[in-house]
Amino acid sequence: MRLIADLFLLIGSAFAFLGALGLLRMPDVYNRIQAGTKAVTLGALAFLIGAALLFPQWWAKLLCILGFILFTSPVSSSTIARAIYLSGVKPWQARAPESGPVSAEPTEGRP
Amino acid sequence: MNHTSADPRPSVGHYLFSVLVLALLWLLLAGSLKAAELTAAFAVGAVVTAMTGSRLAVLAGVRLSPLAPLHLLRYLAVFLFALVRANLDMARRVLSPSLPLRPAVVEVETRLRSSLGRMLLANSITLTPGTLAVDVRGDRILVHWVDCAPGTDLDQATRAISHAFERHIRGFLK
Repeated sequence: MRLIADLFLLIGSAFAFLGALGLLRMPDVYNRIQAGTKAVTLGALAFLIGAALLFPQWWAKLLCILGFILFTSPVSSSTIARAIYLSGVKPWQARAPESGPVSAEPTEGRP
Repeated sequence: MNHTSADPRPSVGHYLFSVLVLALLWLLLAGSLKAAELTAAFAVGAVVTAMTGSRLAVLAGVRLSPLAPLHLLRYLAVFLFALVRANLDMARRVLSPSLPLRPAVVEVETRLRSSLGRMLLANSITLTPGTLAVDVRGDRILVHWVDCAPGTDLDQATRAISHAFERHIRGFLK
């Protein structure tokens, strides 16, 4: 049980790390939101499962937290994305989509 | 945010549903099933429902049928699977040196009428592979898609992004 719990905690932190890496590497704000939301949601989910395995007496409260995170985190992301879209930021486009690797340094979304 | 969707008046069943959900939440947080706790749970549920009153129109989108919980469970399974797939997909993109991205903003169409249903669909879209719901306008949802093939039209986008979820959500929301 201890081992499985640790495994879930490890998976959770791995996804949280990938989310942070995504924030750094992605070329524009929409893609950053995407990387941030998904990875952090699943990371938190795995973390909570791990915590529930370590402390079985907390499962009910952890389930509540899980439900609230699943319901609210996409809403906040969509709201930010909507505000950005309405203020006129266009999504970033790869310069040469089909041929060869995309240019090394990412450019900010063009206004 | 969305004035075009018409939420019907909530029925008595919806008020009872609200009381039940609130009581369940109270019990989960309290973590015990003693008689006093049960009484408190339903009392608080009833008081909050009464105070909320006509604003409960959001809940009018809930289908109160015996099969609804089954659809909810099936939706949750599909959703969890998609969430894991979304993360593996995102991990692949983030870790690959060339950053394989073909982003574009597309529209998808929804047949869900209630605002709760549309909100849940937009949430699902945000948490699934490569898509982010940007705005809801009437029966169209604006989606930022990381990997959009050039020349994708409304029907193709709808089928690729929202069709599977919508089928399951329609089982328990209008």
